[in-house]
Amino acid sequence: MHISLSDYLMDIVQNSFEAGASHVALTIEEGEPMMVCTVTDDGKGMDDDTMKRALDPFYSEEGKHRGRRFGLGLPFLHQAVDACNGEFSLRSQVGEGTTVRFSFDMENIDSPPIGDLAFALCTLLAHPKAEEFVVTRSIEGGSSYTLDRKELLDVLGEFESSGSLSLLRQYVTSQEAGLHAE
Amino acid sequence: MAKMTLEELRSLRERVQGDIQKRDIEGKDSRIIIGMGTCGIAAGAKDTLDAFLAALDEHKLTNISVTQTGCMGLCYVEPTIEVIVPGMPNVIYGKVDKKTAKKIVEEHLMAGRLVTDHIFDRPAADIIKKDGGK
Repeated sequence: MHISLSDYLMDIVQNSFEAGASHVALTIEEGEPMMVCTVTDDGKGMDDDTMKRALDPFYSEEGKHRGRRFGLGLPFLHQAVDACNGEFSLRSQVGEGTTVRFSFDMENIDSPPIGDLAFALCTLLAHPKAEEFVVTRSIEGGSSYTLDRKELLDVLGEFESSGSLSLLRQYVTSQEAGLHAE
Repeated sequence: MAKMTLEELRSLRERVQGDIQKRDIEGKDSRIIIGMGTCGIAAGAKDTLDAFLAALDEHKLTNISVTQTGCMGLCYVEPTIEVIVPGMPNVIYGKVDKKTAKKIVEEHLMAGRLVTDHIFDRPAADIIKKDGGK
């Protein structure tokens, strides 16, 4: 199990990048008490049978890990959501893409803490397989911000050198801090 | 902290780049690759990556490549990372917590010394070869 909600997010969004998606959208809506996250991609998608098996920890996509039959990402999330009265839905169509939507009741004692969300978003923006990736983060009744990978890539040039990553981290951290200050 | 605008980020980037060009690029081809599979994340790879960036920032090493990869197959010693420094064997380090990350930057990247108590794969085969595995 992961420690924080940010860790779950990282794990789940990576699935989209690895499914050959060229466009991935992540929305994080923080309400009281529910924190709702939606990941939508235009990757290769799954058929109904694969979708059911994706929640089985002893199933992994053929070829993803040679000789191994574990896939813990979605099962971990499903279990964590289940433990705190959250909601989980998985919709997918072969060739069209996949949408994972989940929520955590942040007042439930079994909900994970949010963790370092800003840095989790940085690691996703810098993921080597990411292409178009847009994050929309909002607080109910409050402010919001959007991170567009293309825009940031245009400003920073690349997301690989330690210098760029530090700047990216500064930028996203300031967005997240600004959200709470307003 | 006020929200930074994209324009502010752009000018910050230009200033940092100016600094790099002034210096002869240090550690140009050095790379740190961090395992960010489910196993890595569960073991705290995000904190490890954060600690690497903080340590590189502290030592003004802005040109080290820091990338993510999936599981390297050493789930039992996560977080795992690979360090590639020209002239040294490629090393996979395991159990890399924040403290170890800082140590790897200061020892392996800056001083050219392996952090021997965290090595889990690769170097033996590389070291045996007279050409250092290159």
